[in-house]
Amino acid sequence: MQPGVLDVNLKMRSFLAAAMVSALAFAPASAQDTSKQGGTLVVSLPGGTPRSLNPAVQSGVATGFPGTQLFTAPLRYDEDWTPQPYLAKSWEVSKDGLKITLNLQENATFHDGKPITSEDVAFSVEVIKEYHPFKSMFEPVTSVDTPDEHTAVLNLSRPHPALMLAMSGQLMPIIPKHIYGDGQDPKSHPRNNQDVVGSGPFKLVEFKPGEHVILERYEGYWEEGLPYLDRIVARIINDSSARAIALQNGEIQMSTFENEPTILSRLKDVEGLTLTTDGYGGVGPIDWLAMNTTRGPLQDVKVRQAIAYAIDKNFMLKALLRGTATEARTGIHPDSPFYNPDVNTYEFDLDKANALLDEAGYPMKDGNRFELNIELPGFPGYKPQTEYVKAALAKAGITVNVRSHPDFPSWAEAVGSMQFDLSFDSVYNWGDPVIGVNRTYLSSNIDKGVWSNTQGYSNARVDELLNMAATENDPEKRKALYKEFQEIVADEVPIYVTNAVPMHTIYSDKVGNPPLGIWASSSPYDKVYLKD
Amino acid sequence: MHLLRTTAIRLFYAVILLMAVLLLNFTMMHLAPGDVADTIAQSMGGADEKVLARIRADYGLDQPFLVQLARYMGGVLSFDLGYSYYHNAPVTQLILQRLPATLLLVFTAQILALILGVILGVISARRPNGILSHFVTFFALFGYSAPVFWTGILLLIAFSLKIQWFPVSGMRDVTIVGGFWTHALDIARHMVLPTLTLSSIFLALYSRLSRATMMETLGSDYVRTAKAKGLTQRQVIYKHALKNALSPVITLAGLQFSAVVSGAVLVETVFAWPGLGTLAFESILVRDTPTILGILFFSALMVIIGNLLTDFALRLVDPRLRARA
Repeated sequence: MQPGVLDVNLKMRSFLAAAMVSALAFAPASAQDTSKQGGTLVVSLPGGTPRSLNPAVQSGVATGFPGTQLFTAPLRYDEDWTPQPYLAKSWEVSKDGLKITLNLQENATFHDGKPITSEDVAFSVEVIKEYHPFKSMFEPVTSVDTPDEHTAVLNLSRPHPALMLAMSGQLMPIIPKHIYGDGQDPKSHPRNNQDVVGSGPFKLVEFKPGEHVILERYEGYWEEGLPYLDRIVARIINDSSARAIALQNGEIQMSTFENEPTILSRLKDVEGLTLTTDGYGGVGPIDWLAMNTTRGPLQDVKVRQAIAYAIDKNFMLKALLRGTATEARTGIHPDSPFYNPDVNTYEFDLDKANALLDEAGYPMKDGNRFELNIELPGFPGYKPQTEYVKAALAKAGITVNVRSHPDFPSWAEAVGSMQFDLSFDSVYNWGDPVIGVNRTYLSSNIDKGVWSNTQGYSNARVDELLNMAATENDPEKRKALYKEFQEIVADEVPIYVTNAVPMHTIYSDKVGNPPLGIWASSSPYDKVYLKD
Repeated sequence: MHLLRTTAIRLFYAVILLMAVLLLNFTMMHLAPGDVADTIAQSMGGADEKVLARIRADYGLDQPFLVQLARYMGGVLSFDLGYSYYHNAPVTQLILQRLPATLLLVFTAQILALILGVILGVISARRPNGILSHFVTFFALFGYSAPVFWTGILLLIAFSLKIQWFPVSGMRDVTIVGGFWTHALDIARHMVLPTLTLSSIFLALYSRLSRATMMETLGSDYVRTAKAKGLTQRQVIYKHALKNALSPVITLAGLQFSAVVSGAVLVETVFAWPGLGTLAFESILVRDTPTILGILFFSALMVIIGNLLTDFALRLVDPRLRARA
């Protein structure tokens, strides 16, 4: 389907199998390039005011941007999903997959000058395991050994390939034990937002909620000559039209996680600005229509398939989303090396939809078969899709009542407690499928609040495949398991996946080396620079 | 003494009203489905059941409604507005950080709207059927009927994009270095568009009202007397008529003060003005009850203070009120 998928897959071969990665392979030839040095980059902070600047206790992209500048992580990723050395200059996965040894940079220091040691890595794992909302990331990590200052060994109870992606900055910041280990609750620690002692390429100058986060080059950063920028000013502009104007007149030079079709099509042709969807595979946001498989007619797979046939995905992509979004077919993001596009696509076919509904035992009476509710989320972006589904399903004799919610909590209450029939939603992969995909499909995760398996979907083979893939260290075998999984869920449609959320990075021509790796703005900006 | 007593009685009613506002809103927020734990989970890209339960336990959201209410009201009575679950900070601190920006915007906009409104009203009252009068009417009604965020975006497109005179958003340019005056000038530049947007709604009201009262006053007996004794039109209007015509306008301005504060919510959001409005907008979306209630509390205070100021202003322009006191 997409260009580049093939070579991405080839590179995947080295993904986990690579037992040793030499730091030499990563010698930054351009690090001493003084022409790139200096300047203040002004960006907009994605997602509004972050609750916390410490990604160990707060997930999400609003924290991800400042968090990954302030704190380093064992690994980093570029656009091809291959792990790169970062704080870990090399690493080793034992043959049985139960030990991961990280060899740390020797001259790395926190922003207060204290050295970053394996103790801090062990402490960070402990805090994340306890306080981070994504429990599946570090659940198999039983302990962390610290044989010396620069070696940390993660001991696992079972092979856990998902850990590789979890060791990136968005999910595994290295935080100082001498600050956060003082006995205060790490969730509400006063140093999460003020006087942050970080470990990353930039240090905190000022965080004003509702206004900005200002970051400054950390002079003691271990990599000579980096970061290039002197300062980053991340402004909080909640109104998307105002953001668009600020991009146009150069007041901000880059904005990430922009996904409003009207704004995107307006900025598409502006001279001096580049729009790209590159860089969102790691976060992996997908839009879909969720169907509650435990209620009424939706229990019948034929009804769910009929709904999929009755919806013209092409119309949604071209007219409603104005061509800004890529099609998606399964719960795994299309940019992921595990994505399998060869599944049932449900090409728009109203006759087939009607036939399936007849077969399922819901004959048409006066143009009507049965009624369903659709929940309209209280967050922006789903009104056109929801109204379209109402109109589209009416043609197949399904009367859809739209129940609109004023805000996120009231929608989350309805969907999270499975009191719904249909609802659009967007769910993020967050790196490895184990973190963001399993939660939607595993039968053990039914009815556990919003963004769990609220569809009530249960299939023993799917459970088995996902659990096998979670502990399979061989990337090829793992890929095959996810391939079969995606075929099954596409056939049984507990969710009808429509598209990758059209997340875009918009940047000015003046920005060199914009963050187009798989984590978008949740990745270190040490190599971002300003052109003259 | 009379003045003090009226003020005291007013303040007493104000406190009762304030408590009622808080009680009502607390109950309403509680009745709405879902809570802040959901939005915290949303901001984190999802959280498992145990994490949600822990958030609710941490903030006492798992307690019965009456316990939560008693805790909150007890806090308020001892001048503690509580802790923002979402923003991880004490509510009073959050609000005090944002209050100056809102006060600056709201008062400047209100004063600008008043002065401009009265001037335009008087000008058009002098020739009620002149071209200028029609122009003022059209312009004022346009400002009044256009949605405030739309006016804001329109001004942005005109003066930040097409002619790049003013910055798009925020209150200051953090890349600027300089002394006090450099920064004051920078804030003034950032203020122009939000102030214009916010005052555009009220300009219409004030100019229409001052036009009407001015026309009425100009037709009254004492104005005819003043003219008869040979005063110039300028003297008649500014020395005699204006003071009389002004008091209904000031009364209206006092009544409109609450509308200015609520208008600020939208204006601040469009211009990313770091005031209470942006905080209110963010907090409502995430269902952060203590912060929303805290903002209501402070807005009510602002309205009360605004009304008291109106009373004093009325006394200034109308000697009869002073005599009664």
